Amino acid sequence: MQTFLVFISGLVFGIGLIVSGMSNPAKVIHFLDIAGSWDPSLGFVMLGAIPVAFVGLRLIEKQAQTVFKEPLHLPGKTHLDRSLIVGGFIFGAGWAMAGFCPGPALVALGAGYGKALVFVVAMIAGMLIHDHPFKRLMHRTQS
Amino acid sequence: MNMTIDWANFTPWLSLFGGVLIGLSAVMLMAFKGRIAGISGVLGGLMQFSNVPKGHFSWRLAFVFGLLLSSDIYGLVWQMPSAVIDSGYPLLIVAGLLVGFGTRMGSGCTSGHAVCGIGRLSMRSIAATLSFMVSGFVTAYLLFHVW
Repeated sequence: MQTFLVFISGLVFGIGLIVSGMSNPAKVIHFLDIAGSWDPSLGFVMLGAIPVAFVGLRLIEKQAQTVFKEPLHLPGKTHLDRSLIVGGFIFGAGWAMAGFCPGPALVALGAGYGKALVFVVAMIAGMLIHDHPFKRLMHRTQS
Repeated sequence: MNMTIDWANFTPWLSLFGGVLIGLSAVMLMAFKGRIAGISGVLGGLMQFSNVPKGHFSWRLAFVFGLLLSSDIYGLVWQMPSAVIDSGYPLLIVAGLLVGFGTRMGSGCTSGHAVCGIGRLSMRSIAATLSFMVSGFVTAYLLFHVW
């Protein structure tokens, strides 16, 4: 039952991406390209999403547990470091090049776009390079 | 810089409503599983092969399957809008590598930082969101107007 509800959550997320226009890379690029003919729609996605997340997540954090009485896994909020900013910068560059961020890429892959498959395979390769060889290298140079 | 608004493709209400659904999904995942709905984190967790706790994979797979099937479910009821992917294969590959690497290095993407993180008033997420938004705007400018 719990796993099914998580599946439904993913489904709602994907449908939100489709309805909002985020799953269309051309629309994303028209949002990021301010100097072109600018489509500000995607700003409205954040205007819709953030208040709902703000209220809902706050209510659950007050309960301090899930509806199945399990603990919450909450990331820290305050620690700023270089990898957060540099990683964000690298991600933003890739986002503007293809108009895909991870969620919409998975939705477009599910919709059967071959180009989305190419992007997702490269994205997974990028994740693996970071999480395995790159992280090990950083640990070695630090110690 | 000469700014023109693309009124023909401007969809404030649909984008706002889609955003509400995304926020709702983030609340659902926290309520059901106690997890942040960050796609790069959910997907990245599937790339961990050692020292994983029990139940590490199942919820991640369930959420990813929900995303993958969303276009089919949407298509059962409404006409699925077409996605226009103009980038060529070399650019798609470079973009994918950067998105994968950058989201893991920066501990999150648009969903985890810009929706959940800002929703939790996290300084980390506000900083990360500023970083990838600025980078996205600058890259788009360089790519489409300079290069």
